[in-house]
Amino acid sequence: MSDLKIKVRDLRKSFGPKKVLNGIDLDVPRGESLVVIGGSGTGKSVLIKCILGLMEPDSGSIEIDGQEVVGMKASEREEIMRKFGMLFQGSALFDSLPVWENVAFGLIAGRGMGRKAAKDVALRKLAAVGLGPEVGELFPAELSGGMQKRVSLARAIAAEPEIIFFDEPTTGLDPIMAQVINELIVKCVKSLGATALSITHDMHSLRAIADKAAMIYEGRIIWEGDARDIDRTGNAHVEQFVQGRSEGPIRMPVRPL
Amino acid sequence: MAGEMATRILQPIGRTFLAGLESAGRLALFTLQSVMHCLVPPIYPRLIVRQMIEIGFYSLPVVGMTAVFTGMVLVLQTYVAVSRLNAESTIPYVVVISLTRELGPVLAGLMLAGRVGAAMAAEIGTMRVTEQIDALRTLSTNPFKYLIAPRLIAAILMLPVLVAIADIIGVFGGYLVSVYRLDFSPAIYLKNTVDFVETIDIVSGLVKAAAFGFIVALMGTYSGFHSRGGAQGVGKATTDAVVSASILILAANFIITGLFFTR
Repeated sequence: MSDLKIKVRDLRKSFGPKKVLNGIDLDVPRGESLVVIGGSGTGKSVLIKCILGLMEPDSGSIEIDGQEVVGMKASEREEIMRKFGMLFQGSALFDSLPVWENVAFGLIAGRGMGRKAAKDVALRKLAAVGLGPEVGELFPAELSGGMQKRVSLARAIAAEPEIIFFDEPTTGLDPIMAQVINELIVKCVKSLGATALSITHDMHSLRAIADKAAMIYEGRIIWEGDARDIDRTGNAHVEQFVQGRSEGPIRMPVRPL
Repeated sequence: MAGEMATRILQPIGRTFLAGLESAGRLALFTLQSVMHCLVPPIYPRLIVRQMIEIGFYSLPVVGMTAVFTGMVLVLQTYVAVSRLNAESTIPYVVVISLTRELGPVLAGLMLAGRVGAAMAAEIGTMRVTEQIDALRTLSTNPFKYLIAPRLIAAILMLPVLVAIADIIGVFGGYLVSVYRLDFSPAIYLKNTVDFVETIDIVSGLVKAAAFGFIVALMGTYSGFHSRGGAQGVGKATTDAVVSASILILAANFIITGLFFTR
């Protein structure tokens, strides 16, 4: 079996005249955590949605475990989906369901598990992210942002997926809670032995959770390598982004004050 | 010069025409997919029952109030017209046929477009913009099966029930005004109502109700499912759901009436 869990080649996606993905090549090795960094509007979310199958690319290839998924039939796609877990940027919890049912949702609705057994699993997963059983009976609107992220993480790992996607996992959290989430992500991914693909513009998050890193700019991967090398890439775009400088090759489309 | 001007005039017309075709195609595909997912397992009975309660039980007060006042007004208006011809005995017939064939299903459909269709569009639209629909997909759950099919099935089943109840309440409203305001004999009013009404009157009304239930749920879910942007997008989806369902209900009413009663 190939050592690549996810293999992306020449992936392209446009919205009208705007080319959002302009020939992406990306490899995610089995059991490793790859973090893709990039500014807002550079195509990070579109990339992850194409890999997840939530969006159809215009052209290119995406292989999961060596199996081509672009243009796959819906029924086959649902099978592939079972390998995935996803933590959404805004948590995307179902606000009409209590927390435990959110966590158990994939087990009950997606895999036909009984409600009682699924609730037991959900409470165990909530405990794994540091939340007590009493939280299971609350509704998402009653939780803080950090707790919602933890519930979303518990939901992402509930079905013990092979690949977990993290979309801006620490956005909107205070630094301490962001670090708690980062540590939980590392713990959960390692304990499952899963492969992880994250997108973020939070450098603290990258340093905490990444084995490998890549940078996307203008719809292309302009650098990829070991996450420990992120501060010495020799790439002017990456250096500007990592150091958070306004001056450099990356120009923001804003008028000067 | 003239060519340029013609292009400038024709371009927006063409663009609007193409956009209209695209919307019609998208709605047709959505309808086909929704109907297919209503028929093919897995089906979620818990969600269907929940929607039946939401659509049927919680709409009873608004549909009941609409029916009772419509029945009352029908009697008052009909009385003005028929008393000039000394044909007051036809009032129960006019009331029952108007309610069962037309006013019951149409008014219930329009009230539900406002109450239920708008709620569906707002709920599903919010789920769309907060990525909850994407989350459903990542949890191996088809949103058509989980969100759309239960609402369609529940609306198709519950609107005929609501209309049947509305018919009875509407006739009762007419009875109240006839008996207590216009001094009709209660027994004769009820006897005339029962004697005059035919099976086709009731059946046609219930068939219309099922069709209107389908339209309300379809437009509510379609508008929500395709909403874009944030709060503004959800607001627009809600408006679209109510307006499009209302227009389609009136158009479908004309077509179904033609199918049942044109000889």
